[in-house]
Amino acid sequence: MLKNKSIVSIEDVDSDDLNDLFDLADSMLKTIEKGGSTDLLNSRIMATLFYEPSTRTRLSFESAMHRLGGSVITVSDVKTSSVAKGETLADTIRMASSYSDIIVIRHPLEGAARLASKFANKPVINAGDGSGQHPTQTILDLYTIKKETGSIDGRVITMVGDLRYGRTIHSLIIALSKYDVRINLVSPQILKLPDYVYTKIGDRSRIKEYDDLSSVIEDTDVLYVTRIQKERFTDQNEYQSVIGSYSVDKELVSKMKQKSIIMHPLPRVDEIRPEVDELPQAKYFKQAYYGVPVRMALIYRILGE
Amino acid sequence: MEKTLRISKIRDGTVIDHVPSGKGIRVIGVLGVHEDVNYTVSVAIHVPSNKMGFKDVIKIENRFLDRNELDMISLIAPNATISIIRNYEISEKFQVDLPSRLVGVIKCKNQNCITNTHEPVESEFEIVSKHPLVIRCVYCERTMGERDIFS
Ligand SMILES: [Zn+2]
Repeated sequence: MLKNKSIVSIEDVDSDDLNDLFDLADSMLKTIEKGGSTDLLNSRIMATLFYEPSTRTRLSFESAMHRLGGSVITVSDVKTSSVAKGETLADTIRMASSYSDIIVIRHPLEGAARLASKFANKPVINAGDGSGQHPTQTILDLYTIKKETGSIDGRVITMVGDLRYGRTIHSLIIALSKYDVRINLVSPQILKLPDYVYTKIGDRSRIKEYDDLSSVIEDTDVLYVTRIQKERFTDQNEYQSVIGSYSVDKELVSKMKQKSIIMHPLPRVDEIRPEVDELPQAKYFKQAYYGVPVRMALIYRILGE
Repeated sequence: MEKTLRISKIRDGTVIDHVPSGKGIRVIGVLGVHEDVNYTVSVAIHVPSNKMGFKDVIKIENRFLDRNELDMISLIAPNATISIIRNYEISEKFQVDLPSRLVGVIKCKNQNCITNTHEPVESEFEIVSKHPLVIRCVYCERTMGERDIFS
């Protein structure tokens, strides 16, 4: 039951809730595709506080709330307006929760959303805190896998790129560890999955680490690609060689199963070549598109009847 | 037994007994004992013990411990016993008890954690496992082991 609940971590959503959200997202998707909106959350107000820019996440939350018939209030630049005045996050949240029915927050520090949920007397949704959690991205990732491959159980999921700092990866691995899946992790040494993520996973036996994609690509049902940030490397030559060896092009995709899919939380830079976009496996734009129905389902379960 | 008696009895203060051998110095560390304290601290290291083989014992004169200090000791020495001495007599004796949550006792090791800013909250950890010691920050959800906590 998600009614009036804050969603800070993917662990706040159990598997019954997830299945229910997937079903509800299906029907929200139908509504969107018919060109329609709903008045399910008529006169309810969402406050969005983004202490860090994220166009995609913000737009999809705001679009979801509008499609549910609610409205959105926002601070155009919360960072300069309140942080500069020395206001604590706790006080900003108390203020925002008195003006709205639900708060969506993105913040550069880990634990910010948990803190917000303690000071708000309204539900809080974490839209990303530092390199911590980003639960709605995880829900929509799981939804995409289910929708585009027919099932989550039984899949071989290969994650490639920055597994160390990538928060979407951490949440997704934790969520997937509750399904019957095999996970391959492919990354350069310095961007390997950190130990604290492993400590959250009960059974690690279905997770294996590899140095390169070639040994796992043919087996893969879901290739999940993430961006490798230049700033992580002190040696720019090393960056160039890493980015070269992990990039997804037509040749690599030709080795993949016909029914496999490629996902990416976007924005991408060089990790997936534009030539891949037209291939049947490319599902990353679809994945972004699913962000709205999935967030509609979640907001409705929290605020609706 | 004879060796423990080498540290003289104290009139008033606290005796921390049954600290695992080698951990006594760490206990002193978390109690903030340094060179200009105004009370006497005696540490006996590697004392023969029937129960433990060897143990460390700490006697602190004219000082009593608060909740947070007891919580910290419980992290280092889960089986430590505390005796409160008044006028050469044991007025109270108990075993430390590792709480299920640690509030305001230690800082989160994650520099990027919201609790390491000026927000009006205390640090808060759940105990994930006692042996080996693993705690988890309620805010940033990072886990810390014994090495992270006391380094
Ligand atoms: Zn923390």
